[in-house]
Amino acid sequence: MFMTYLLRELRRRMRQAIFVAAGLALGIGLVITVIAASTGVSNSQGAVLHSLYGVGTDVTVTQPPAAGSGRPPSFGFGGGAAGQAGSSFNRNVLRAPGLGTLKSSSVTTISGLADVSAASGSLTLTDLSLSGTIPSGSQQAGSGQGGPGGGGANGSISSSTFSVTGVDPAGDSLGPLSSATITSGHGITTAESNDNVAVVDSNYAASQNLKVGSAITVAGKSFTVVGIAKAAQSTSTSDVYIPLARAQSLADMTNEVNTIYVSAASSADISAVSKEISASLPKATVTTSSDLASQVTGSLSSASSLANSLGKWLAVAVMAAAFFIASILTISAVSRRVREFGTLKAMGWRSRRIIRQIMGEALVIGIVGGIAGVALGFGGAALIQSLAPPLTASTSTAPPGAAGGAAGGASRFGAGGGGGGLGRAAAAGHTVSVHLTAPVTLGSVGLAVVLAILGGLIAGSFGGWRAVRLRPAAALARVE
Amino acid sequence: MYKLTAVTKDYPKGRGTVHALRGVDLVVEDGDWLAIQGPTGHGKSTLLQILGALDRPSSGTVEFRGQDLATLRETQLTHVRATSIGFIFQTFNLIPTLSAQENVEAALVPLGVADAERRERAAQSLAELGLADRARHLPSELSGGQQQRVAIARALVKEPLVLLADEPTGNLDEGTRDEIMALLASLWEERGLTMVIVTHDTSVARLAQQTGVMKEGRLRLRANARDTTA
Repeated sequence: MFMTYLLRELRRRMRQAIFVAAGLALGIGLVITVIAASTGVSNSQGAVLHSLYGVGTDVTVTQPPAAGSGRPPSFGFGGGAAGQAGSSFNRNVLRAPGLGTLKSSSVTTISGLADVSAASGSLTLTDLSLSGTIPSGSQQAGSGQGGPGGGGANGSISSSTFSVTGVDPAGDSLGPLSSATITSGHGITTAESNDNVAVVDSNYAASQNLKVGSAITVAGKSFTVVGIAKAAQSTSTSDVYIPLARAQSLADMTNEVNTIYVSAASSADISAVSKEISASLPKATVTTSSDLASQVTGSLSSASSLANSLGKWLAVAVMAAAFFIASILTISAVSRRVREFGTLKAMGWRSRRIIRQIMGEALVIGIVGGIAGVALGFGGAALIQSLAPPLTASTSTAPPGAAGGAAGGASRFGAGGGGGGLGRAAAAGHTVSVHLTAPVTLGSVGLAVVLAILGGLIAGSFGGWRAVRLRPAAALARVE
Repeated sequence: MYKLTAVTKDYPKGRGTVHALRGVDLVVEDGDWLAIQGPTGHGKSTLLQILGALDRPSSGTVEFRGQDLATLRETQLTHVRATSIGFIFQTFNLIPTLSAQENVEAALVPLGVADAERRERAAQSLAELGLADRARHLPSELSGGQQQRVAIARALVKEPLVLLADEPTGNLDEGTRDEIMALLASLWEERGLTMVIVTHDTSVARLAQQTGVMKEGRLRLRANARDTTA
């Protein structure tokens, strides 16, 4: 009798039931879509941060460069036969691009802190190659202008650079290679810590026609490519990765690193870890993922604000409106059935049985609205994924002072001039492009179910309240 | 069955009060058939509602089989209505979305009757009133007379002690009116029901055993009735 009465009644007021269900569906669909968009934006922000940090990294530690430390590399030209005009030369050096350094022992210090689960150091360098003929009438360093080959030279000089990062094989779960995928060969193993082996970025390998087994020259030494790494989407990468110990040795930076990657024991410990590191290394710059997140600008940041603020409140407003309309219409439907309910009471139906009937009708409408809302939510999320333009996120990755420390110097050729810019700073900012996804999570579908049931219960409660207040005599006296 | 003593019922209306019943005294024995006549708005339906435990008096006592209905809680009154009292209304008051069979079954729902037994009793009740072939029809598919017969079947399916009818023929044509009244008369005789019918129709009232007239909230019984009012 319960279900028969319920379904017949809904069929009788089908249009109103569909209207209420549609309102609930719209609200629930919007909630799911907004949650999906927010999740997608969060994922994109995470990807951006991972590109700067690497997977698993919670804190990075860097050191501002000391004043005057950004001098350009010396290629060993000076007076004497090596610097005579007209003589040809070929130099290949490995230098830090104006970044401050930390002692390797700092990695050990940080690893020993209470809330730290792991720490790993890396050394980001630039491999600089110069070759050509020393021009006549070269000037000393300080008056150099322009790039390689410039500055009043009579000779021709060519240069090339590529980025090199020394990574600790023992700490490969952190750091710059952690978010990359080895697509060919293998990563650098601990057994290869002192070997001339390299992992090459897939894009660089393609441009230089390198594959596993190929030989490349780093700082004048021949390295064997043991692996090709494909970086995660929109992550910043080096061109070449070599063992940290070899990088330190070739760059004459023994026991030095310029970035330490730290993983906290849990996400709740990140703040504590940051403070502990700052206490241990007072002069270091300690950056957490939330610090970096707050620096992210660009359309990704705007999308995040849009999804979290406007989107959330819009969804709440539509949901509230849907609940209100459902309640009003349910009360209206009960009012139109006053005589019917009065008759049922006259027959001995208790108020709670009538309330159960009303609640059941409202719940069914709510559930139908919920199912339609979930479908709408999936559709909305799919629409976002297919129509959303790529979003950009920009942030400054260089530690403070790096740009100033390095830009002041010009390269020195010994007898030659010119060649500024070889000591230029690392990029002052970093922009990545991400494609927005809008994943519908099980949690949001579960929330939709809860909202649908809640909508039905709220509407049914109002209707039931109206029905309880009916006095049978008054109800029967009402002329319809 | 019933003993009403000095029953009054007042309703607030604006700043004043409507005295629907003014000191009504009434005794209805088991098996009696009482018809209550009177002009519209003089308290006939109000009296019926008091008798049917649909409303409480403002003062006085309403004894039903030894229980004062005026003192019972709402759930107790609901139980009395579910088990002992059958109602028939002028506008039939069938549930529009339920079939004739389902309307009759609705009267058995509060009694907790099992589904199969409920269906069987409802079918039998309809069959006794010649509506077996209309069991699946919705009220909108039935004539006025058929709808009223469904309502009578619904009222009687639970085998009540009392049948209360408020203008049962008010919406029916003459022929159907006579048909329904004949049906009620035969049921009263066969089942020994106690019946109280409110009607403005003298031809209907004439069929009853006793007649009372409501005027300005006061009840005056005619012939063979126990009349304690002035």
